[in-house]
Amino acid sequence: MASNKKYYDNLTVSSSPHLVTSLDTTRTMLYVVAALLPAAAMSILYFGIPAFVMIAVCMVCSAFFEWAYEKLLNKPNTVRDGSALVTGLILALNLPANLTHLDGIEYPIFMPILICIIGSFVAIVVVKQLFGGMGRNFANPAIVGRITLFLSFTSYMSTWPLTRFQKAGIDAVTGATPLGYLADGDLTYCPSLKDMFLGNIGGAMGETCVIAILIGAIFLIAMKIISPIIPVFFVATVFIFAFLYYTISGNTPEGMSALYMACFHVCAGGVMFGAVFCATDYVTSPIMPLGKVLFGIGCGLVTMIIRLFCSYPEGVSFAILFMNIMTPILNNFAEDRYYGISKRKKEAAKAAAAEAKKA
Amino acid sequence: MFFKSRHLNSINAGHHKHTAGCATEIMPVPATVRISMSQNIGAPCKPLVKKGDTVLVGQKIGDTDAFLHVPVHASVSGKVTGIETQRNAMGGMDTLVVIESDGQQTMDPELKPPVVTNHKEFVDAVKESGLVGLGGASFPTWLKFNPKDKDGVKTLIINGAECEPFITSDHRTMLEDAQNVIDGALAVMKYLEIDECYIGIEDNKQDAIDNFDLMFTKQGIDNMFTFPLKASYPKGAERVLIYEVTGKTCDAGVLPADLGCIVSNVTSIAFLGQYLKDGIPLIKKRMTVDGDAVSEPKNIVAPIGTEIHDVIEFCGGYRKPPKKILMGGPMMGRAVFSDRMPIVKNNNAILAFSREQAWIPEETACINCGRCHKACPFGLLPTGFADAYEAGDVERLNDLKVMQCMECGSCSFVCPAHRPLAFMNKLGKAMVKEAASNGK
Repeated sequence: MASNKKYYDNLTVSSSPHLVTSLDTTRTMLYVVAALLPAAAMSILYFGIPAFVMIAVCMVCSAFFEWAYEKLLNKPNTVRDGSALVTGLILALNLPANLTHLDGIEYPIFMPILICIIGSFVAIVVVKQLFGGMGRNFANPAIVGRITLFLSFTSYMSTWPLTRFQKAGIDAVTGATPLGYLADGDLTYCPSLKDMFLGNIGGAMGETCVIAILIGAIFLIAMKIISPIIPVFFVATVFIFAFLYYTISGNTPEGMSALYMACFHVCAGGVMFGAVFCATDYVTSPIMPLGKVLFGIGCGLVTMIIRLFCSYPEGVSFAILFMNIMTPILNNFAEDRYYGISKRKKEAAKAAAAEAKKA
Repeated sequence: MFFKSRHLNSINAGHHKHTAGCATEIMPVPATVRISMSQNIGAPCKPLVKKGDTVLVGQKIGDTDAFLHVPVHASVSGKVTGIETQRNAMGGMDTLVVIESDGQQTMDPELKPPVVTNHKEFVDAVKESGLVGLGGASFPTWLKFNPKDKDGVKTLIINGAECEPFITSDHRTMLEDAQNVIDGALAVMKYLEIDECYIGIEDNKQDAIDNFDLMFTKQGIDNMFTFPLKASYPKGAERVLIYEVTGKTCDAGVLPADLGCIVSNVTSIAFLGQYLKDGIPLIKKRMTVDGDAVSEPKNIVAPIGTEIHDVIEFCGGYRKPPKKILMGGPMMGRAVFSDRMPIVKNNNAILAFSREQAWIPEETACINCGRCHKACPFGLLPTGFADAYEAGDVERLNDLKVMQCMECGSCSFVCPAHRPLAFMNKLGKAMVKEAASNGK
């Protein structure tokens, strides 16, 4: 053994595995942002500069609140994982793109921006950070942010600007959403299914264009970022519920078939956007496939019950919030079924009882 | 267990099979070897030699009276210069016999091909050969070939999956030693009265599959088959392989023999084929040397007891300072703290990583994505284990069936938050065992 040889006696030891995937939280969040880009691009196309400004304000504010909260409380900085940007983007796409004119009332220019800031604050600080930050929030931050704004600024949040193509023909600046027409019981002026599919309708800025959302969904599913279970069961439940409701009640608006109304409910409002981007939020949805199935069905049911039987025209965000709260129960249920926990316990108790009898 | 589909969950951990085309090189005998006395699951051996003794190649230098053990043989000829104790990669203490080589490699004249006519003689011969499971578990092979219900065993499964990234030594064995694999398998089938044999090989080693198929046809063997597996991790895990080949579910704690099969690594079988011909016990090992800190990654055959730095030197030395050296593959291999550790029987790779390749990013918060559950071959819930372990909840660990975990590391690999889930599973299993032994 040569004596001048150099040995390495101080190597790192750690538990296996010694390789990890490069698909970490940051990359995952970047993929989600990428999947949201088509919807964001279409919203800017339809609603112009206001959409762009609101998206930018929401994303910047969300990241800022996350950074500021963690700085104030001396917590590790998590801005770089990009989750705050995703929250901000989803929140922005859930808002109507009203920057200045509403129904003839001229809002001060800072008002919509203030709304964006309040929404981001509620989403990031109240819903996410106060509950322990990343991975600990029980409800989807963007959804709660939207609901808070909806309940606090109802007139602002339920006034929908028209797209630039709708505006081309008429004078009006705002109009009803398809679901608004439906709530009024008159679909005469309602845009066609094709317009709804392309997004040429009034509504929250990211929710309108079904095709852009579908592109994002296919991307996320192909990259294995989300499982298709929740979106598929959510949308399918909405479709089947609407179809059965209109078939059985015969309550369809004039000249519309039940099938048309089922498609209408899927394309209108936030069903597609909510199913793909909000209901699939990892933190607030169940882990196991069975839990995901029940979660998707639950979202669809609550959405349709609110739409058809309650006074709000739209119920997707309430439905998702409701199911977020149900998630721990669904998780427990799915685990119990999958691993046969209570079954085994029952059998063990039975065996113990039999034993006791013998003795 | 929860298996329903045709295939179990698996992950794509990357292949990194850089050395697949490197024909095996035989490493010259190093100046000194240090042979560990505990190279198998079970009891460690006691040295049969003392300082100053002269030993020959293949001479038995370690043995014990304990039931679960295999003997250890000298891999070089020369003089015993000491009996040492050293901390091993597991953290325990090992006894090592240090032999200074005389460079002659004089064979022990008593080494003769074993005379085998029946099952008992076969098992004894396997025991004398010092063979352990060379896939990594180092379970004494003789015991595997001596199942309680010998008549119930109908299938021999040879594990040539080699699903670990980087490692190509089994691949080279199948290409270079195919005849020994066949002879060894035929011997096992003869003495254990097994009807059929499957060689499970991942489909990224098509040349090995073709090679075996050709040889079976040429030699008219009609009861051995290749079984192509989709190349993904962990196809080579015993319980996964049994499911893929036979469709039978193998819970933790169930021996494969209870399901009518015996699973053996392809290198073990190849060794057996060679041993029955020449009687030379297990004294050398084929292994892959790779990693970004190694100058010339290659496949080598090294004597057991060679120190890691000698192996690296044979492969051109270090290219960069190593930060982490692994015995075995990156998914289940063991990190050693020193490059003066000797090679043991079950080493199939030495991987030396520099700081860049060894670096694992910091752990972040769990985002509940469920990828660990999706990656787990048995559909377990590693995040649930981790939470239950941190809460010290043994009942919940049992509810979630933590003991089914085979520590393949898939969950840690896919975790986007880089949580050490596999490590937590190990701790959770240890906690359950401890609770059980405390009679809770």
